[in-house]
Amino acid sequence: MSSRTNRLRGWPLTLGLAAVAGLSVGPFYWLAVAATQKDADIFAWPPALLPGGSLGDNLERLEAKIGLGRVLVNSLVVAGVQTAGALVVALLAGYAFAKFRFPGRGILFALLLSTLVVPEQVMLVPLFEMMMSFGILDSYQAVILPGLCVPFAIFLMRQALSGMPDELLDAARVDGAGEIRVLFGVVVPVMRPVLAALAIFLFLGSWNQFVWPLIALRSPEMHTLPVALATLHGMKADTDYGAILAGTALSTVPLMVLFLVLQRQFISGLLAGATKG
Amino acid sequence: MTALAPTAAPARAAAPPARNRRALLRRRALPYLLLAPALITFGVFKAYPIVASLLLSLTTGSGAATRNAGLSNYRRLLDDPLFWTALGNTAKILVVQVPLMLALALLLAVGINSALVRWRAVWRLGVFMPTVTGLVATGVMFAFLLNTEHGAVNSLLGQLGLPAVDWLGDPFWARMAIVLLLTWHYTGYNAVIYLAGLQGIPRELYEAAMVDGAGPLRRFFSITLPALRPVLLFTVVLSTIGTLQLFDEPYVLTRGGPDNATLTVSMYLYDNGFRYFDFGYASAIAYALTLIVSVLGAIQMRLMGERE
Repeated sequence: MSSRTNRLRGWPLTLGLAAVAGLSVGPFYWLAVAATQKDADIFAWPPALLPGGSLGDNLERLEAKIGLGRVLVNSLVVAGVQTAGALVVALLAGYAFAKFRFPGRGILFALLLSTLVVPEQVMLVPLFEMMMSFGILDSYQAVILPGLCVPFAIFLMRQALSGMPDELLDAARVDGAGEIRVLFGVVVPVMRPVLAALAIFLFLGSWNQFVWPLIALRSPEMHTLPVALATLHGMKADTDYGAILAGTALSTVPLMVLFLVLQRQFISGLLAGATKG
Repeated sequence: MTALAPTAAPARAAAPPARNRRALLRRRALPYLLLAPALITFGVFKAYPIVASLLLSLTTGSGAATRNAGLSNYRRLLDDPLFWTALGNTAKILVVQVPLMLALALLLAVGINSALVRWRAVWRLGVFMPTVTGLVATGVMFAFLLNTEHGAVNSLLGQLGLPAVDWLGDPFWARMAIVLLLTWHYTGYNAVIYLAGLQGIPRELYEAAMVDGAGPLRRFFSITLPALRPVLLFTVVLSTIGTLQLFDEPYVLTRGGPDNATLTVSMYLYDNGFRYFDFGYASAIAYALTLIVSVLGAIQMRLMGERE
């Protein structure tokens, strides 16, 4: 087979993949354009191919309806704190499981992992009652706290840290470094790529979480972006399409930017569970 | 038993006894200190709710009026037509969506992995993009695209001379809309997992098979598929678990309608727990779901993992 016939044979396949990629990305493009249109033009056919000038208007109306600024802050605080917290919890636990031998190690690890097969829905009712009795329903804490222990993240950190040579840690200990220094001075710098991947993965999950925030956050001014959008979209009387779509576009933008900038870490973060599991 | 490890003991023995003991104690306590945040948050926000939910499923009423109800919630479940409708809907979506999506993902992965294809990184990036979007955003987007009268999808069908589809108003098509949404959202994720699996297969295997005269189909079924078995198992189990817990998508896209055609088990659980505040019954639904998830997961692992 000459390379030329090979190249010719590749074209149909390339076109097929381009079509699928187009179907994958197409709706985003439609969303980005629709978010900038006037209400009346959103359903126009053929659809507009270039952005219109109404993004600002749409966002302003969204601010009036759901308090966009406040909702964005809620989402950022919840996702930010939850990501940072879960990362620290997973780092410490993963380090303990990977680098120390202690009684109960196997059982505790198995116990943590066993909850991976339990559907999240099982915990909803008791968590709701718990938050109510703590008096913190409808607060950031109510959403953040249950997301601090992520068994999958602990598993991932343990896997990554197991691959780190013990000599590196021992060398630091011989030099007189305390355990905290060893962890933050030696382990963390070496693990930075893994931590970055895990951070993105956790942020993605936290930013998009829906069921629990929907239950725990009762008042509109505490809503996160997905909860506010779903609520607004669910009000059949409200047909302010421009505002809804502008909000939807806004909720995907931070993730798109993160994804495009950090695609390598992003994909390796998601893959880690599949290939090492 | 680990304290007797020969490497650590002699060096420590030389130190003064008091400091030695304290250092040893600190060293023994350290892993537990490191684990404390995980164990505390795990115990309070995962283990406790899981156990509490089981106990709750054996009660009825709420607050001070909570009474022991034995297995009556579970008996009620078996006689509840709406629960069976929800379970049936979930099953219908599952058996169409999971095989469709995974077959498409495998096809995509093999395509992107092919040396004949140009700009592979671009296609990989493109198909992966939807994974990043939240399900609520996806639901809203699809509600607009699939709008019966003005949606872009129906307009396109009209352009092609095809009749408009009542995506969100017809029971069958509403379920198909959910299938479509899920497939759009997760195919790229699975494709990227398969791609990683494909790249781990040694090239020599294919070269040897070609020398032996095996065609492309034969190579796919004799080399590629067996090599991907662990990855396939992972994605089958994960997608099944995910689809059984379906909530966000129908909540946003169809609200369970029309006429409960897209009501899922998780939505029914939510309605009972947080609209009717029947915590005991909601917990029983949750445990029924857990049982179904674990039984199906175990069967799949049995069937697919066996020959490894």
